[in-house]
Amino acid sequence: MSIETTNSSAGEVKPEFWRWQENCWADESKDWRSAKVITVGIDVGSVSSQCVIVADGELYAYNSMRTGNNSPDSAANAFKGVELKTGLTLDDVHMVVGTGYGRVNVPFSHKAITEIACHARGANYMGGNSVRTILDMGGQDCKAIHCDDKGKVTNFLMNDKCAAGTGRGMEVISDLMQIPIAEIGARSFDVEEEPDAVSSICVVFAKSEALGLLKAGWSKNKVVAAYCQAMAERVVSLLERIGVEEGFFITGGIAKNPGVVKRIEKILGIQAVSTKIDSQIAGALGAALFAQTLVQKQGPCKPVALAA
Amino acid sequence: MIANYGYKDGSGEYYISIDTDKCISCEAGRACLTACPKGMFESMVDDYDDEVVCIKAEFRRNLAYDCAGCKPSTGRAALPCMTACTPAAIKHSW
Ligand code: SF4
Ligand code: SF4
Repeated sequence: MSIETTNSSAGEVKPEFWRWQENCWADESKDWRSAKVITVGIDVGSVSSQCVIVADGELYAYNSMRTGNNSPDSAANAFKGVELKTGLTLDDVHMVVGTGYGRVNVPFSHKAITEIACHARGANYMGGNSVRTILDMGGQDCKAIHCDDKGKVTNFLMNDKCAAGTGRGMEVISDLMQIPIAEIGARSFDVEEEPDAVSSICVVFAKSEALGLLKAGWSKNKVVAAYCQAMAERVVSLLERIGVEEGFFITGGIAKNPGVVKRIEKILGIQAVSTKIDSQIAGALGAALFAQTLVQKQGPCKPVALAA
Repeated sequence: MIANYGYKDGSGEYYISIDTDKCISCEAGRACLTACPKGMFESMVDDYDDEVVCIKAEFRRNLAYDCAGCKPSTGRAALPCMTACTPAAIKHSW
């Protein structure tokens, strides 16, 4: 795998192990021009931004990328990615719903809906209507959600007080260990013996603890195993507050990290529902599905221009 | 819907849970809004277009401190928010 780099002020080239793969996709077997209702969901998160296109209630295309300097530009860039790939413009769209922490700053959206409701709706589509418990491991927060068979939230809890147990925390460890973020999961299982969790996953303390373990002779793989275990224990304690029901589904970037997912499954004694759809688009997908329902209820909205 | 606001940190779990289904047709005249000396509750329209109450965003990460006045370590009286909420929609985890 190739590692992106940045140039520091001293001209030194620094590999960026934390950088995850951006992803733009469209369903080539479909033509959006034949769809009656086209809706867009935009999720502007603290770390990543997604745009999802839903055509007649079905996932048609998406773009998932890193969040830029500000929410309006990140939203516009996420949309431009699918615009470029599919030829679809905002004039062809019947409604746009924004979600995520930057949801009120999506200049071309018609409505903002919280990421809690959107993740539940998206997970219901991705994992089916038997999904009842959702764990969203986002860039800088964690959410535990219960929903009904329609994806309506019945109970939720969010932890956004610190970056521990979040994608940002994993990025920090990836850079510190100099292991590409996509390889962390597999590497965490390449250990002779499963270590205990690191005692702290507070990003600040975990850094010094991880460095101390390396000094004490631990391999990098063993350190990331201990970190993945700590992260799993942390989010499970969050989930336990609302309880875990069968039909367990994980969304967000960390859902792609088997090092954390398999450890969560082991602690809980249940397997997460699998999906072929990118786990990072759940919020934007839910937003686009909400927009689809709103168009059916109240008719299409006039397009709002994309800022230049 | 049960909405849990708060956090868990090294010192414990601090959550206020609100059963928002009870807020939709509140039989207490939304007494929580005025009962809390810190003014921590506010009305909002949720994602399903129901009018409910929530904990204001600025208090959600500091509940242990903000509620401390109502929760002395000894001689703790009934909490104003829970007393005012006769439908029993409010619960505290600590
Ligand atoms: S008094 Fe209780 S039921 Fe009424 S709005 Fe407040 S929390 Fe909800
Ligand atoms: S315990 Fe006191 S400060 Fe805390 S929410 Fe209830 S009334 Fe407000």
